[in-house]
Amino acid sequence: MSLLGEIERNHADLGDGRNTRGVLRFITCGSVDDGKSTLIGRLLHDSRTILQDQLAAVTRASSKRGSGELDLSLLTDGLEAEREQGITIDVAYRYFATGRRKFIIADTPGHEQYTRNMVTGASTADAAVVLLDATKGLLPQSRRHLLIAHLLGIRNVIVAVNKLDLAGYGREVYAALRASFENFAAPLEIPNLLFIPMSALRGDMVVERGANLGWYQGPTLLEALEAIDVESTDSSLPFRFPVQYVARGQVRSYMGRVAAGTVQTGAEVIVLPSGRRTRVKGISVLGDSLGSALAGDSVALQLEDEVDVSRGDMIVDAHRLPRPVKAFTAKLCWLASEPLAPRGRYLLRHTTRTVKARFAAINYRIDVQTLEQRPLEGEVRMNDIVHAALAVQQPVFVDPYAMDRATGAFILIDEATNQTVAAGMIE
Amino acid sequence: MKSDRSHLDWLESEAIYILREVAGEAANPVLFFSGGKDSIVLLRLAEKAFRPGRFPFPLMHIDTGHNFDEVIGFRDARAAELGERLIVRTVEDSIARGTVRLRSADESRNAAQSVTLLEAIAEFGFDAAIGGARRDEEKARAKERVFSFRDEFGQWDPKNQRPELWDLYNARVHKGEHVRVFPISNWTELDIWQYIGREKLEVPSIYYAHRRQVMRRNGYLFAPKPGEQGEELSVRFRTVGDISCTCPVESDAGDVQAIIAETVSSTLTERGATRMDDQTSDASMERRKKEGYF
Ligand SMILES: Nc1nc2c(ncn2[C@@H]2O[C@H](COP(=O)(O)OP(=O)(O)O)[C@@H](O)[C@H]2O)c(=O)[nH]1
Repeated sequence: MSLLGEIERNHADLGDGRNTRGVLRFITCGSVDDGKSTLIGRLLHDSRTILQDQLAAVTRASSKRGSGELDLSLLTDGLEAEREQGITIDVAYRYFATGRRKFIIADTPGHEQYTRNMVTGASTADAAVVLLDATKGLLPQSRRHLLIAHLLGIRNVIVAVNKLDLAGYGREVYAALRASFENFAAPLEIPNLLFIPMSALRGDMVVERGANLGWYQGPTLLEALEAIDVESTDSSLPFRFPVQYVARGQVRSYMGRVAAGTVQTGAEVIVLPSGRRTRVKGISVLGDSLGSALAGDSVALQLEDEVDVSRGDMIVDAHRLPRPVKAFTAKLCWLASEPLAPRGRYLLRHTTRTVKARFAAINYRIDVQTLEQRPLEGEVRMNDIVHAALAVQQPVFVDPYAMDRATGAFILIDEATNQTVAAGMIE
Repeated sequence: MKSDRSHLDWLESEAIYILREVAGEAANPVLFFSGGKDSIVLLRLAEKAFRPGRFPFPLMHIDTGHNFDEVIGFRDARAAELGERLIVRTVEDSIARGTVRLRSADESRNAAQSVTLLEAIAEFGFDAAIGGARRDEEKARAKERVFSFRDEFGQWDPKNQRPELWDLYNARVHKGEHVRVFPISNWTELDIWQYIGREKLEVPSIYYAHRRQVMRRNGYLFAPKPGEQGEELSVRFRTVGDISCTCPVESDAGDVQAIIAETVSSTLTERGATRMDDQTSDASMERRKKEGYF
């Protein structure tokens, strides 16, 4: 067998040769000093993607800083300012691969003042790894991290109970932390909530099992990440195809990426906003005709009838339509340093559609420690999460964010500055 | 339906989506094509995004005048084969205009390239420039956005980047400003070679092992200066930038599969092995990026 084929296969699940696990995106969240950087460094290191020259640079930097031991956390802090302050202040993306899957880590800071960075990292994540420091117990920050992950619709949460080496690798410490976390998480009904005892520093239960946690029978962190199933949820949703670009050759092709669900040639679809009903005549990529496409695929669609379709329109399942709305309510995370202007002029970007928007009402603040409603009191500032009602000039075609992230999410752009100022999740 | 998409399918689909977003949102985009492997992959992705139509943007290369002949030849041939317009702007022009002053004729022109690049963007009024940079190349790139805003001076402000959520990219700019767009942000060097293999893409011959006169210095291989006696080794290039600071690595890898095998077991990252100017300090790339470098 050719080497290329072997590596392609190796990157797939060896089970039946075609059962690849593709890509998993996950976010890591922890409070300062919980060991997040060490954990990421450990994942990269033990999966052998930390290459020698990076290691050499880190060793040099470690000795400059005066810390004798190899500091794995130095691998992940990117920008100069952050190196000076010794903290992670933005989202950084890291990559590693195993024989089964490629992983993209969104490494985000844990501090409350960086809530917006965590929201950013969580928006594209399929899974969240929430770190707990076993010596500290369940802190308010950890609750906040779980709640933000939940708010952003993450269905797979792995709680890494770290630093167990400092607690004598005690099963009871782990069990007690787990119980209090489960208790807190219960009302959120997270579909896949997993706990793993570990020492990121010593490498127990991250990639290797290590020799110290014999009482634990579950998967290592890497095994758990490899096992998470993401495709089947997206593909079982109603078909949604936001049109990105229209090619006007002999045959009109509507280009875009399937945002949710699946489509086959011959499928009955409706084009929004016109409401025209037609069928899919062809699905293609670079001249190859495909019989079908599913969530995540970038394709070109041809339709049976001449329909007027442009960027920002949406081709959808004829039997399960999204809601066309000109007013809706949403949870909103404010991202900009300028406070929210209740009468301000904003552009709302939803799928490939951009429309003018304004606030109809700002109802209440959401406490990210408890998810409880709080009165507004003053301006909405950076990192605040609020519940609001919005009105838009042209209809948008939405699904609840909790059901479909792609058609339930939007951003607000300040019309004057072009800054991205808010992230919204439609109810 | 059970997905059988591989990681390459996922990366390809994401990149096509990004390219189409540029086409849909920007008024006057351009794609940087150097003849190097990352931009060769970009062109393949553009074909998948837009064929049978033409690309909705021209190609552009900022030529330092210190490029490998093989790469320049490849660049021109590939653009002609695709039937797409190729714009070339040279650092020499900027030197002639007096906007670039070099201390010596053979110094690295990577920094000077930024000046020419920004002049070209201003000349054509481009509001979006698509490039082949990857986040895994270097630490400072790990926090780079997919749509990365540049102010009217072409500067990148790492502390004031636009938040980027879901796949809702913000390409809006005022006149004189632009965005850099990186469709293959999430690819690694290994992904690139696997994709080149899968799509059977041609790359310039110097990516493959060939015999070449080189000098060893500080663990790197250099072209001998006039009068110097080098040795002949089997080498290949992992990147094909400015001749003065791009070093080959010893290798027998004569085809894509052999390169993939080497990449999997490689002990040095791409830039560390081949780019002298990035070695100077941890922060040198970040500084160069702020100044407008790709
Ligand atoms: N004993 C022990 N120390 C750890 C462990 N994980 C991290 N640390 C230490 O905790 C400190 C903070 O870790 P770091 O990774 O920088 O935390 P971050 O702020 O969450 O990124 C460092 O001194 C680490 O060496 C662990 O599992 N056991």
